[in-house]
Amino acid sequence: MRIGVDVGGTNTDAVLMDGRKILASEKQPTTENVSDGIVAAIKALFTTSGVAPTLIKNVMIGTTHFTNAFVERKGLLEVGVIRIALPATKGVAPMIDWPEDIAQSIGHHCYMIEGGYQCDGSLNAPLDEKALLQAVKEIGKKGLKTVAVTGLFSSVNASMEERAKDIILNELPDISVTLSSTIGRIGLLERENASIMNASLAHMSARVVKSFSDALKRLNITAPFYISQNDGTLMSAEYVEKYPVLTFASGPTNSMRGAAYLSGLKDAIVADIGGTTTDIGMLSNGFPRESTVPVDIGGVRTNFRMPDILAIGLGGGSIIKTGDALTIGPKSVGYKLLQDSLVFGGQTLTTSDIAVAAGYADFGDKSLVKHLPAKTIADAVAEIHALITEGVDRMKLSAEPVPLVLVGGGSILVNQKIPGTSNVITPEHASVANAVGASIAQIGGEIDQVYSYDEVGRETALKTAKDLAVQAAISAGAVPDSIIVTDMEEVPLAYVPGGAVRVRVKVAGDLAMEDNS
Amino acid sequence: MKFDKKSLEDFARGAAFLGTGGGGDPYIGRLLAQQAIAEYGAPEIIDADSLDDDALILPIAMLGAPTVLAEKAACGDDIDLALKRLSEELGRKPDALIPIEIGGINSTLPIMAAARAGLPLVNADGMGRAFPEIQMVSFNVYGCSATPLAVVDEHMNSVIVRASSAQKAESLVRAIAVSMGMSVMISCYPLSGKQVKAYAVKNTLSLATGIGQAIADGRKTGSPIEALLGFLKTTEYYRHCKVLFDGKITDLRRETTRGFSIGHCIMTELNGSGREMSVEFQNENLVARIDGTVCAIVPDLICIVDRETAEPLPTEALKYGQRVKVIGASVPPIMRTPEALNVFGPQAFGINEPFTPIEEFK
Repeated sequence: MRIGVDVGGTNTDAVLMDGRKILASEKQPTTENVSDGIVAAIKALFTTSGVAPTLIKNVMIGTTHFTNAFVERKGLLEVGVIRIALPATKGVAPMIDWPEDIAQSIGHHCYMIEGGYQCDGSLNAPLDEKALLQAVKEIGKKGLKTVAVTGLFSSVNASMEERAKDIILNELPDISVTLSSTIGRIGLLERENASIMNASLAHMSARVVKSFSDALKRLNITAPFYISQNDGTLMSAEYVEKYPVLTFASGPTNSMRGAAYLSGLKDAIVADIGGTTTDIGMLSNGFPRESTVPVDIGGVRTNFRMPDILAIGLGGGSIIKTGDALTIGPKSVGYKLLQDSLVFGGQTLTTSDIAVAAGYADFGDKSLVKHLPAKTIADAVAEIHALITEGVDRMKLSAEPVPLVLVGGGSILVNQKIPGTSNVITPEHASVANAVGASIAQIGGEIDQVYSYDEVGRETALKTAKDLAVQAAISAGAVPDSIIVTDMEEVPLAYVPGGAVRVRVKVAGDLAMEDNS
Repeated sequence: MKFDKKSLEDFARGAAFLGTGGGGDPYIGRLLAQQAIAEYGAPEIIDADSLDDDALILPIAMLGAPTVLAEKAACGDDIDLALKRLSEELGRKPDALIPIEIGGINSTLPIMAAARAGLPLVNADGMGRAFPEIQMVSFNVYGCSATPLAVVDEHMNSVIVRASSAQKAESLVRAIAVSMGMSVMISCYPLSGKQVKAYAVKNTLSLATGIGQAIADGRKTGSPIEALLGFLKTTEYYRHCKVLFDGKITDLRRETTRGFSIGHCIMTELNGSGREMSVEFQNENLVARIDGTVCAIVPDLICIVDRETAEPLPTEALKYGQRVKVIGASVPPIMRTPEALNVFGPQAFGINEPFTPIEEFK
């Protein structure tokens, strides 16, 4: 048996799973110190199901904690930024494009050093170890606790970054080191940004992971726990401590994977309807489709593996304005839904009121929306469905109609057919889809390299890339037989003869379940 | 006119529009220019017509794979060296610099180069758009030599190329670029003030900035596409412009042959008419057809933009299901003459269609 937990901004959800069965699910308010909310939610699971903590083999947790900390500039460390790329890249300094307030909290401790590779992994410049050592000594003098190291084309060849890490730890054994090759793809600036973000979260990640493990201890759960990352795969607790940045955007991923699981569909559109927004994404082969454009987090450009999510301003708390033409959102009453909306005795007309008035749902006091004109209700219902239809259409992978799966607390807003979809499904346990998604996450592996098709041929290149990705997944703890390719992308490099193609392969496999009884 | 952070953003967006899908994402170019301006001050932007006849003007550009440039950026010293080597070869220093193309990355690099060199930058370029090859420049059309030409990398390696034609220079430089790591800086087409005045496409730095500004202003009022077209109509070069198509991408094919990104993008009209548009590209978009009938063709501009935000989309950023508008616009008259069409008209790209100006299509 295993437990899936989702620590959201408002609620902490937990589900108890036995193989493919959901035995129980619970919702509790998220607490300031995180662990209290987790303890409350899991305790409630044990109470309803009567299952003993010792029977739990794995715990999977999804959290938006780190994303929020970065966006809100809370509890971040100052970072020593080391770039190993000279003579290349000198024209763009680290953090050049960051908003000033966040650059301030990170500090401007940047060191640019000779070294790095070419796009085929061959040497571009040897590592200047003397200059590196000097930078490390300065970082030590400044008393910095964390460094981010970014090497030229390190996503193709990481050896130099690893050598740099040895030099750093030899001088400053207690410092936390983030290597960009472990985080990002080709595109130095974005990869460097992500590494700096990651380094700035080093202490918080240790704190949060400790808070999770304390919660499990208090519950007498001895099983290992994992944290889900933004591509729907799992990381060990130890790994999250090192790479908190990889949890960014795991929220939408978990809800989509959960939707896939609960509905039994591998290819579908998912709409996660919350209080303020609806996240619409596309499942292909059971995984969320990824975004191809760089993603901004808190104003900083990154190239994370992120699901391609379209957020629209429609949720259960969206405010409806009636007038010449009826409009919905993007303003929402948010968490004040239980005070401000009409059915709860408030003064604001919301989408939830429409759902009650139209007979889609029954909560609050129905009599408080009796006065609404039939035309208002009909117009609002039409507008809600039009917004969802538009969003769905924008996210579709092909012209073929696909099923639409609704999850999240706001899924009651939709009750009619959506054009362009084959059917609309609201599965059981839809409101805890996030926690379910966390509980079924897998172990992944990824490779991103440039090959010359003229030299090695396309088939050999793809096979080499696939094997490398599979190896990566196995060393991360996946069961070899279960590994499948989830995504493959070839990007020809324009303007260059020689058939250079950038190949990205992603694989995922089931977690090797450890027996801890 | 002087560039600052805000106008650079507008300029880069406008340059992406004029890049018609190719030329590489100007994002990194913008940051390079931003940093050079912070360090050295913004270069003076001067009118082509203010140049002395015998002034020496040097173009500066990057050549290679945009993906590699996105990792390596530029170091600055490489740009300085390209200018230095060519100056040595010519036996005199340049009086000003000029962008070779106004689309993509090569629109912003010259700002960086001029800031570093303390030289003015001419408000003009060699095409009023972007093209994939060295010979596809107005200067070549009208008989200016592409060489001597300097190719350098960030290790300060350099090669001076002298070639019998711009076409030959192109193939030599490609080969050198591969051995230098697929991304190089070049300075080519040494020009006299007289040649610039006669053959450059003028005022294009201002125009690109205006395009980017119009899109940004349009976003504030909720109609960026209208704002963009409104601005284009006020310009001398791009005033024959229209939305050719409003659709959703339903098919994409890209392949690399001869070192270029070649392919097509198919869109279906959003209004349910069932009409389809196909756009063929070789790095840049070359020809747009609706149900098989040509409605815009190179050298005129064909730009695919996000239909909500009017953000110009490079070829590598296109994906299935994107809702886009395809905008067509005229190029300057100097780019439509018979001599010009010989160098970069449809036949130069292997398209077996005559050139028809966009304003003559129904």
